[in-house]
Amino acid sequence: MIGSAAATAGLLVAPLLGEEARKNAAATQQADPNAIPVALDVNGKVHQLELDPRTTLLDALREHLDITGPKKGCDQGACGACTVLIDGRRVLSCLNLAAMNSGKKIVTVEGLAGDGRLQAIQAAFIRNDGFQCGYCTSGQICSAVALIREGRAHSDAEIREWMSGNVCRCGCYLGIVEAVKEASNATV
Amino acid sequence: MMPPLGPPLDRVDGRKKVTGGAKFAAEHNLENMAYAAMVMSTIPSGTIRSIDTAAAKRSTGVIAVISHLNAPRLGPAPGQPPAAGQPGAAAPPQQQGNFAEPQLIPFSDNKVHYVGQRIAVVVADTIEHAARGAELVKVTYDETPARLDMQQFREQGVDRAKSLFTKGDADAAFASASVKIDQIYRTPHEHHNPMEAHSIVAAWDGDHLTLYDSSQNIFAVQQTMSRLFGIPKENVHILSQFVGGAFGSKGSTWPHVVIGVLAARMVNRPVKVFLTRKQLFFGNGHRPETQQRVALGANPEGKLLAMIHEGMSQSNDVCTYAERFVRPTKAIYAVDNMRAINPIVSLNLPSPTYMRAPGESPGMFAIESAMDELAYALKMDPLQLRLVNHADVNPEDGKPWSSKSLKECYAQGADKFGWSKRNPEPRSMKSGRDLIGWGMASATYPAHRSPASARAVVKSDGTVTIYTGTHEMGMGTATVMSQLAAETLGIPVERVRFEYGDTTLPPTPISAGSMTAASVGSAVFGACDALKKRVAEIDGVDPATINAESYHTILSKHYLDDVEARFDAKPPQQEPHATQAFGAHFVEVAIDQDIPVVRVQRMVSAFAGGRILNAKTARSQYFGGIIQGIGMALLEETHFDKRLGTFTNVNFAEYMVPTNADVRSIDIIMVPEEDHDVNPIGVKGIGEIGIVGVAPAIANAVFHATGKRVRDLPITIEKLM
Repeated sequence: MIGSAAATAGLLVAPLLGEEARKNAAATQQADPNAIPVALDVNGKVHQLELDPRTTLLDALREHLDITGPKKGCDQGACGACTVLIDGRRVLSCLNLAAMNSGKKIVTVEGLAGDGRLQAIQAAFIRNDGFQCGYCTSGQICSAVALIREGRAHSDAEIREWMSGNVCRCGCYLGIVEAVKEASNATV
Repeated sequence: MMPPLGPPLDRVDGRKKVTGGAKFAAEHNLENMAYAAMVMSTIPSGTIRSIDTAAAKRSTGVIAVISHLNAPRLGPAPGQPPAAGQPGAAAPPQQQGNFAEPQLIPFSDNKVHYVGQRIAVVVADTIEHAARGAELVKVTYDETPARLDMQQFREQGVDRAKSLFTKGDADAAFASASVKIDQIYRTPHEHHNPMEAHSIVAAWDGDHLTLYDSSQNIFAVQQTMSRLFGIPKENVHILSQFVGGAFGSKGSTWPHVVIGVLAARMVNRPVKVFLTRKQLFFGNGHRPETQQRVALGANPEGKLLAMIHEGMSQSNDVCTYAERFVRPTKAIYAVDNMRAINPIVSLNLPSPTYMRAPGESPGMFAIESAMDELAYALKMDPLQLRLVNHADVNPEDGKPWSSKSLKECYAQGADKFGWSKRNPEPRSMKSGRDLIGWGMASATYPAHRSPASARAVVKSDGTVTIYTGTHEMGMGTATVMSQLAAETLGIPVERVRFEYGDTTLPPTPISAGSMTAASVGSAVFGACDALKKRVAEIDGVDPATINAESYHTILSKHYLDDVEARFDAKPPQQEPHATQAFGAHFVEVAIDQDIPVVRVQRMVSAFAGGRILNAKTARSQYFGGIIQGIGMALLEETHFDKRLGTFTNVNFAEYMVPTNADVRSIDIIMVPEEDHDVNPIGVKGIGEIGIVGVAPAIANAVFHATGKRVRDLPITIEKLM
């Protein structure tokens, strides 16, 4: 890099100074005046949080609890990547406020493999290559767990229909159907 | 050597992906991290008159509002000479980076070039506060007339990509041909829509930058940051371990990356940018609309005498992108007289970019639809027409193919599909209330390769780690590279660790253009081969005698903790062969006679893409391409409002992509193909060819079912009413 433009230019951007810098420092310390207490029971552990009432369950998990298994795909309830289980039902966590879920039992993809042992559906996703990039996978798997419980995995057509709320842009649908079928047979 | 079809190993990162353990860029939550929310322009052309930030700044938790009014000027854009008063000079190409919009450095002035341009950013302590702050920023504009309609400016098309290709006299040959097709085909704007939004976490430590970026091109991002922020490349550390889909949209450095890094510097804390789904439709690239004329002239036996492929596509003045839809024209059929050109019309629309099989995908829709029309004009089987015009050498330059197995693809695909039972008459095949249609099309994509490096280290316990910069967006790179290393070294794959996605590792090219396996694979193969030889040399034995246990034995015997080898793989300067993958799709559609929704009932697709490293992950990649092709054929279109100058269906509910219920039976045939010339490991790359030809195969099947030829995608219900 010797003699290159970049090496000789020097860093072009300085931090803000003055009033904005003071506000910057202050913002990290001030408690949010609008925050409300929320207790979230996630994967068997209760977390006490002070949250902006507008915080979605998805953002509470990802940004406040660092539970990043549930993914943000569209943040509008149209893709299924954020699917978690609430009291056993599959729910889009981006369309749920965190405050609505105090005291409910929330299970994310991180909570499925007990003692490090994969659930049948997780192993089946690997075996059948039911994913590529892996970004929709958490939601697919949570959806599949509930779908099998709901008794909606009797045929390929039924699985396809009831898994259609979970979009996979890599196009792994054939592997996903195989995985659900296999796990369903193992569960019954 | 490995067999032509590699073993179907489960993904090495599979466990992480099914347990929530795979960390994507935005999932690196750093201490004291702030959140950035973008403010987008609402006019397509003009200047910003004022930005009122007072309300935003007063809003709870807002730390800063940054725009051209208070941002420092950044260094010259890659490839651009510096403006007055700016440091630096134009860099050589290898140092230019990959900034997507060289003429639009974020916040450099008050000009607006398209709706959705990032014109300000609000930084706050939480996502909610940042989003609220962004809503409170008030912008006024002075509008100038915008260029929004490609048709209106079609006379001003420029051959930006220098695409013009001529051979013989296409117009004369077309004029004198006895059978002709001359039609216009259209493809719409489409958006990549990866599941993971473009996102970054940027953190400065003095004049060192650490950047977690959802990128498929980290070394170019590093160059870009170095140049824009005026720091040595070595001070920029880019990490991209898992990428949640990209399809081309994460290959350039888009404005949000620069803005996020700038914001982190200015507020002096780490900053996360996670674009909304709506924002992804503006300023992160799209496949631009095309209008293509294809004129084919043939003799009565079906031999092509002339092929003319021309038209236009959209781009803008701030990026350099050109959709090269005539690229496949020069590679697919043997024609003596040809003219091909893809001019670009510059408009006030967001910057387009490459999307899975750019060029080939829209281009082959036009060519392969026209071929089907020609087959009907000739009363000839569409597959037979393609066999008659098979290109035995590369039509563009007459070079021999390094390998080509298209005829085998046709034969095996047709056989498995049952093509010989097709009644060629449109509307002749029915099932209950459904009209049934059978269509086919060819597929092709070039086998590219770029320089790449890798380092292989063996420890005395016999385990090996491969270090190479590359990316994993789901193609299976980590898995197939581990397999390739294990095979080359003669050890079980469980003993291989693959480290990637980090600019401190040996450099690799962009993971795009179906070239990762060939480029990075050649480097991994070279490094492992060198390592094996080095270990043999240490013990003075023949490398052929090295087996899985030799590494442990030899290193222990010579008191060595580890041994390593590095390899810099480069494609040859002069390539004596044309290198290209080929395939063929066969499709059955079912269409209700009264409510003509098109359902793809089954597909058989046969591909020859050189050696396949892993049959399981390769199959998934083919599926992925095909399913995006089903989307292209039937669902995908970003609507553009020419009055407002904006994309309108900018969400996942109205921009439709295939869901599980849209996909039924797809059979993949991987035709074994040994190629000793394409590159040292004999792979051609398969990431894009899957989508190429799917849309025309479906459109051809729709014609066969209904007798209606749809020449503008997608094939929606109203076009069949």
